[in-house]
Formats: sequence, structure tokens, C-alpha cells
Amino acid sequence: MKDIVFSIENNYKLAKDVYKMTLKGDVSEIKKPGQFVNIALPGFYLRRPISVCDKTENSLTLIYKTVGRGTQLLSSLSPGEKLSVLTGLGNGYDLSPSGERPVLVGGGVGTPPLYLLAKELIKNNKKISVVLGFNTADEVFYEEEFRALGCEVSVSTLDGSKGVKGYVTNALPDNYTYFYACGPEPMLKALYNAAKTDGQISFEERMGCGFGACVGCTKKTKNGYKRVCKDGPVFFKEEILWEN
Amino acid sequence: MGKLSVELCGIRLDNPVIPASGTFGFGYEFAELYDINCLGTISIKGTTREPRFGNPTPRIAECASGMLNSVGLQNPGVEKVINEELPKLRKCFHKPIMANVSGFSVEDYVYTCEKFDGVEDIGWIELNISCPNVHGGGMSFGTSAKDAAEVTRAVKKATKKPVIVKLTPNVTSITDIAKAVEDAGADGLSLINTLLGMRIDLRTKKPVLANRTGGLSGPAVFPVALRMVYDVSRAVKIPVVGMGGISCAEDALEMMLAGAAAVEVGAANLTDPFACKKIIDDLPAAMEKYNITLN
Repeated sequence: MKDIVFSIENNYKLAKDVYKMTLKGDVSEIKKPGQFVNIALPGFYLRRPISVCDKTENSLTLIYKTVGRGTQLLSSLSPGEKLSVLTGLGNGYDLSPSGERPVLVGGGVGTPPLYLLAKELIKNNKKISVVLGFNTADEVFYEEEFRALGCEVSVSTLDGSKGVKGYVTNALPDNYTYFYACGPEPMLKALYNAAKTDGQISFEERMGCGFGACVGCTKKTKNGYKRVCKDGPVFFKEEILWEN
Repeated sequence: MGKLSVELCGIRLDNPVIPASGTFGFGYEFAELYDINCLGTISIKGTTREPRFGNPTPRIAECASGMLNSVGLQNPGVEKVINEELPKLRKCFHKPIMANVSGFSVEDYVYTCEKFDGVEDIGWIELNISCPNVHGGGMSFGTSAKDAAEVTRAVKKATKKPVIVKLTPNVTSITDIAKAVEDAGADGLSLINTLLGMRIDLRTKKPVLANRTGGLSGPAVFPVALRMVYDVSRAVKIPVVGMGGISCAEDALEMMLAGAAAVEVGAANLTDPFACKKIIDDLPAAMEKYNITLN
């Protein structure tokens, strides 16, 4: 973990309530897909945790949804503005158990961390299926970006306005060796129950610090109490307990 | 003796800055970021007799200039704290440690304090009778002068370590509680714990916190804390550790001027993991600028 000042390179709307931001700065602490950063915003006490979508030698791409006043402010910031960012947070996805044909399943703004994961898996010559779930067609983003990487992409929308009507579980491929997922909890639970293989799931929780100190985001697992921010956000299927 | 050095219940600190319980884990995680031996001491995560998960999530909410938490004393229990957490802290921290103890009965408090009494590098016991996030314990002791005195008296018999009683601001008269605890034999006081508050989510129309209410901390509470430290330190003879919303060296000095013998820094650690180190680094210049001495 490092506290780094990043400079905004660009920040623009990608889909309904969804923005894409590129930050320039020291990216050395982001070592695995599925890690996140925690951004300080002027006028707001707590930082905003946002997962890393992509990285280059000197930049990070973040995709985030405007859900409240903090992320609204974030979406209004201009290129050149500086942000204090705690970077290198969270455990990230483990690539090793993927098998030859993993499926990546994203729901809404749970999709972004799967992009860097897809890039890393492709480097290891894996054949990747991607299933992206949204509520409506105007929320869909990154379908083409995943396709451009060489992934086989299918989209589902709840109202059927694009792709398969219904849930991501209606759009899963017939054959896959492992699954990686990130999205809203009901989707994750449905996928957990429908999946034919082992997999890894990235969870979301309201966080205080984002680096393990406050134990605000603790989750019960089969291996005891785990901090979503520090021991997660990625958990293996076999350790997950569903409380609700 | 450096010019930042202060004494707390007979033990000398290199400086008056102490990370507050619940905002610094068991310390060792911050050792990845900086040498935590720069700290005066560390008040470790609130410890109970048995392991606790705490309250359901969400248990963090934001507000203007602060935050609410309803963690509810998550900790692995005193046995594991002594056998697993303290050895990890000891590897990176070589000073007397402040153990923060909570409980649900006088017997709980006594049991846990007896366990810590046998640990050599525990310098102080901070008796948390002020957690607002648990039922049937914690704050229910701290809101009654009689109960606060009773648990203090019992714990004093169970340990030879200095006992610092951590007080809640959620009372009519904090000085009455402070005096009762002093009369019961407390070696020091620390204040304030968090102020009980809540937030409601406009979309769900329900409280943000699963526990409904939580403890408010951060700069929003600083003037309240300062006033209480000012009043209490004039009402008792034992040392008072001041805390509540301190986020910079100037805040720390203001708290010392109010009458604090040392300061604890809480929520600031969560928004800036380097907060305590920065305060310590900035103290000499701030003291010189305002012509303030600590000893």
C-alpha cells in the first residue's frame, strides 16, 4: 500500500451513471487484477474505494458509478486535477486455478476489475468467455473492449433491451473450467448456486479505511471472520458463507 | 528527555501521541507503512473475554467531517490477543503497550484484566466502559456513576497495572462519572469515546447502519471532546488522555492546553494511515510557533 498523488488524465461518461477515469502516477502497488484504490475527495471525510479496471506502466483506469454526492463530485473533476489515492489495496484474483477456459461474470459496475483479469489470463493463453449483466441496454459498457481482447462475450439485461433477457446465469456458456465474478450480491449468490465449477468472487462492502485497520467491512466465511478490504475483496467459492 | 516527552501514570512516553483503540488494529499492519516505534504507545483493538464478530454489516457510515461506526467490539478474544496478536505487534513495536478492555459484566472485565496483568509489556489497561455499539455491556457501565465505580474498583483489585478508564460523552455530566471513577481508584481517564448517532439512506428509507445507530468520530466531535477534557481535567487530580477528532499537531496541542496529559488519535488513522506519524513530526514546529512546552 502506498499513498500516491495521481493526476487525472481524463474522466468521462461511459454509460448511464457510469464514468471512466484515467489516472497518471505510480502504479507499482497494483500487482494483481481485482485490487482496488481508495480515493480522497475534498469535502468528504471517508475515501471512495474503486476497483482497478486496467493499468499501463504509468496509468490506472477506473470505472465507477455515481451513486451519491461523493462519486458525483468525482465525476465532475477535470483533467489535470490531482487526487490523493491509497493504492495497492485488496488481495486480487488468483489466476492459477483458472483452467483452460474460464468464464468471467460481471454485473453492472462489478464488470471493470474483470477487464484487467481478462488481459492477464490471455497472456497465459487462456480462452475466455465473458458474461456481462446489466439492468437495461443504456447501462451496458465494455462489451466491445472485452471482444477486442479476443474474449467471447455475451450480454444479459433484466428487461431484455439488449442480449439475453434475464440474469447472467441465463447467459453462461455450456462449458467452462472455472469462474471469476464481481457484481451485486444477489447476482453473485445466484451464480454461486448455478456454477458447475469452482471459482472466485469479489465482494463489495461499505468500508472505513480500506486497509484492514477498522474492521468495518468484516464478512463471515467458512475460514472465520475476514476483512473484505484486506483479506478480500476476492474470496474462493469454497470459503464463502451466505448470510441472507 | 526529549521536549515531546510526557508521563502517563508513572510511565514515560517519548511523545504524547497514541493511536486510539479500534482505529489501529493490533498495530503491526501500520508497521508496513512506517516505523511505529515513533508512537508514544498504542491502544490496541478493544478486547473481550470471548471472541466476538461484532454487529452485522454495513457498520460504517459517513457524515460531514466524520464517520459513524457500529463495529461492536469485533476481536479474537483475550486468549488469542495475548498468544497470537501481541507477539506480532512485539516484533515491530518495543515499548509498553496499552491494552483496551471491554466486557458485559464485572466478571468479564476482571477476567480479561487479570489475563493482561500477566503480560509484561502491557503498560496500561484502558478500561472501555463506553462502547455505544453493544447491548448489556460497554457503555451501560459508563453511563452510571455507581456501575462505573464498581467495575473500576473490581478491576483495580485484579491488576497492578495502571488503569485508565475510558469515558463516554453520552451522559448528562461526564465530570460526575469521572469523579466517581477517580474515587474508585482509577489511575487515569481517557475521553471521549464516540457520540451516538445515525444516518438514513434516502433510497432505502432505512438506517445506513445495520445496527441502526453507531458512534460518531472525526473532526465533527473535536470541540465537544475538547470541552469535556477541559471540564474533567479540572475536576479530577488523575491524568486525562484527550481524544476525539484530533487530526493534526495543532489539534493535539489544543487538547493538551485543555488539560490532557497525552492524546489519542482515532478516526484520522482511517482516512490517512500516516496521521499519527505526521502529528508527531509536526509537533516540534507547532510547539515552537505557539511557544508551548509539554514538560
